[in-house]
Amino acid sequence: MTILDESRRADASDVALFEADAVAPRTHTPSPDDTPAGERRTLRRATLDERFNVVGAIAAASALTALLFGWFTPLTGAIGWVVVAFVLFIGFYSLLVALRSDGQEVRDRIMTVLLVSSGIVLFSALVFVVAYTIIRAADALPHLNFFTETMELAGPLDPLTMGGVLHAIVGTVIQISIALAITIPLGITTAVFLNEIGGRFARFVRTISDAMTALPSIVAGLFVYAAIIQLITHQRSGFAAAMAITVMMLPIVIRASDVVLRLVPGNLREASYALGTTRWRTVWHVVLPTARSGLVTAVILGTARGIGETSPVLLTSGVTAVMNWNPFSGPMISLPLQVFDFVKSPEPNMIARGFGTAAVLLLLVVGLFAVARIIGGRGPGQLSDGQRRRVAAASRDDAIRMATAASAAPVGRHAAITAEPAAAAPTPHSSPADPEKLPKEPSQ
Amino acid sequence: MARPERHGVAVIDERRSLAARPSRADSIFKTVTFSAGAVTVGIMLCVGLFLSLRAGDALSVAGPSFLFEQQWSPETRVFGIGAILLGTFTIAIIAMAVAVPLALGTALLISEVVGGKLRGFLVSLVDLMAAVPSVVYGLWGLFFLQANVIPVSQWISTYFAWIPVFRVSSASGDVLTEASAFTSSAFIAGIVVGLMVVPTQTSIMREAFSQAPVGEREAALALGSTRWGMIQTVVLPFGRGGIIGGTMLGLGRALGETIAVYMIISPIFTINWEVLKTGTNSVSALIALRYGEASDFALSALMAAGLVLFIITLIVNFTASSIVARSRSGAES
Repeated sequence: MTILDESRRADASDVALFEADAVAPRTHTPSPDDTPAGERRTLRRATLDERFNVVGAIAAASALTALLFGWFTPLTGAIGWVVVAFVLFIGFYSLLVALRSDGQEVRDRIMTVLLVSSGIVLFSALVFVVAYTIIRAADALPHLNFFTETMELAGPLDPLTMGGVLHAIVGTVIQISIALAITIPLGITTAVFLNEIGGRFARFVRTISDAMTALPSIVAGLFVYAAIIQLITHQRSGFAAAMAITVMMLPIVIRASDVVLRLVPGNLREASYALGTTRWRTVWHVVLPTARSGLVTAVILGTARGIGETSPVLLTSGVTAVMNWNPFSGPMISLPLQVFDFVKSPEPNMIARGFGTAAVLLLLVVGLFAVARIIGGRGPGQLSDGQRRRVAAASRDDAIRMATAASAAPVGRHAAITAEPAAAAPTPHSSPADPEKLPKEPSQ
Repeated sequence: MARPERHGVAVIDERRSLAARPSRADSIFKTVTFSAGAVTVGIMLCVGLFLSLRAGDALSVAGPSFLFEQQWSPETRVFGIGAILLGTFTIAIIAMAVAVPLALGTALLISEVVGGKLRGFLVSLVDLMAAVPSVVYGLWGLFFLQANVIPVSQWISTYFAWIPVFRVSSASGDVLTEASAFTSSAFIAGIVVGLMVVPTQTSIMREAFSQAPVGEREAALALGSTRWGMIQTVVLPFGRGGIIGGTMLGLGRALGETIAVYMIISPIFTINWEVLKTGTNSVSALIALRYGEASDFALSALMAAGLVLFIITLIVNFTASSIVARSRSGAES
């Protein structure tokens, strides 16, 4: 290797000498036209060499592993195969890279390979967990009755053409609705309090709600079980489950909305105050609309956590096979608990139902997540194309209305005070609900 | 003061108060938001106080031995979380051993190696992974992982039995090798919990890494450093707070995880140091297991266990978030 390097360096210096002789002594400014530009090189793509190193190392490693496992040693098992192949791959790869580069670069290559493989392991684990659930669910999901019937008449031994999880879907929807009805107003108002009012008490509230994010969800369930079920209602119910979900979700929603509200630029608030608005109108017309997409994302992600958690409902909602529309009396099962209940049974059909229910739950959560991604992902104040068009249209209307008001005014009220009507024309209702309107007006 | 002379008029205006008088709408707004904050604090203090009060009954009976006693039979007044707490930590430590390398590698991969659209996609995937319900991970662990990981457990216990924690032995001290001795172990539960906490750790670490100053990165590269050299000298020292904080936040989640653990382990009430052997326990699984048939006193004992778990996760979380916050404030200077 070193000999190779030496010879290459010698070649390079020869070329340099030769060029020094050939070039004319006078300097001149090269013009872009007469300087021949070589083919544009891609700087980011891996070179052929590097690709060969990877492919060659993979081939060598799998070949050697096959030999080891088939002929030379008594090794067996798929996981062992992968591990041995990976270690060999690292070895071959570093050898191949070391042929052409120094130690620094070899270390860089190996670490890059390790980083990429940790990513591959993690994401394939995710894909595998999801795919495994969906594949095992393939027995139960094609039957339409799975979504339209309850388990009231279906026993563990009944085929998959009987019974379904409609009652669990309804239970989940009712419980999460009650929890959201409490969490959204309370959580967002608290976050507004933390950001807009401030003070010593607000710091205390923030500390407490941060502390509560550490509350294990099973302990939230235990609290509701002991405080509400044992002391007040004396029965498990959908309402108690909703309370447990609320206790778990509230700190999550407060924390996420707090972060979003903190991102609202201070100069928007100051502009609003400078126009003479009250605090309340600033919050309602400037802060909340600006942070809208972030708040929605915060709530949806909190909802996804709340729907998916089993442990708070495990203690509070009770298990039933019957449809129950009343959250205040009788047990009301939800999807995660139904999964848990199904797979406790040794019957293959019940386990298939369990996987089917898990797939429904998974699709629900992934759907919520996708909605959150579509709505969110924009910083506060950044508008989508549709919103920008609507804002532009609204300000165009405002401009037309103000122009007509200005031209109509002198007729109505003769030249008493000509300036006043124009200034008064924008009524409080048309005053900018969205701060983005203001700078747009002149262009329209 | 100087004012009257300059104006030549000896009248001093009354000093005006600069504080604005809030309008009625404003004072209503202030009251409403304030009371929302108060309600939130009320609910949360209520949870804490109720837990401590109810736990007090059991704790006053058990005394400090609550933390060390291995048995759990509140009916005979002999109960404690010695074995359970150890099981909780065993599972959490195994989870960390699985999660931290994966999270660190993936966070570096996302923040340093890939770019453009792929980076955004991977970030979304990590977030999605955090949103997958724990019961789904539990199903996977119970029906798939358990069967496939047992050969690995057997292999480890065969070749590393000289390390005491990897030994699998019966009560009389004989080494066990049959597959049934390896099911439902802390090792399997730890792997599943580890997968569940990776996304939390990854997103915190990635955020810390992405805040490493561009100037220093470019300086390292301009001095001829390779990418890994740059990561080693700039990104990792800079993100140390994020690494520690993210690890601890993940640890907090791992300690409190219930349903996946409950589905996989077979609960025992003795200390089991052999992580590959069947049988372990965790505080949250204990609560899920025993709340149903619990009498008033037994429930209070469960509350005490829950309170201890809560205090531990609280300490872990606060330490973690203060470490993360300190590293952030350092990032701006």
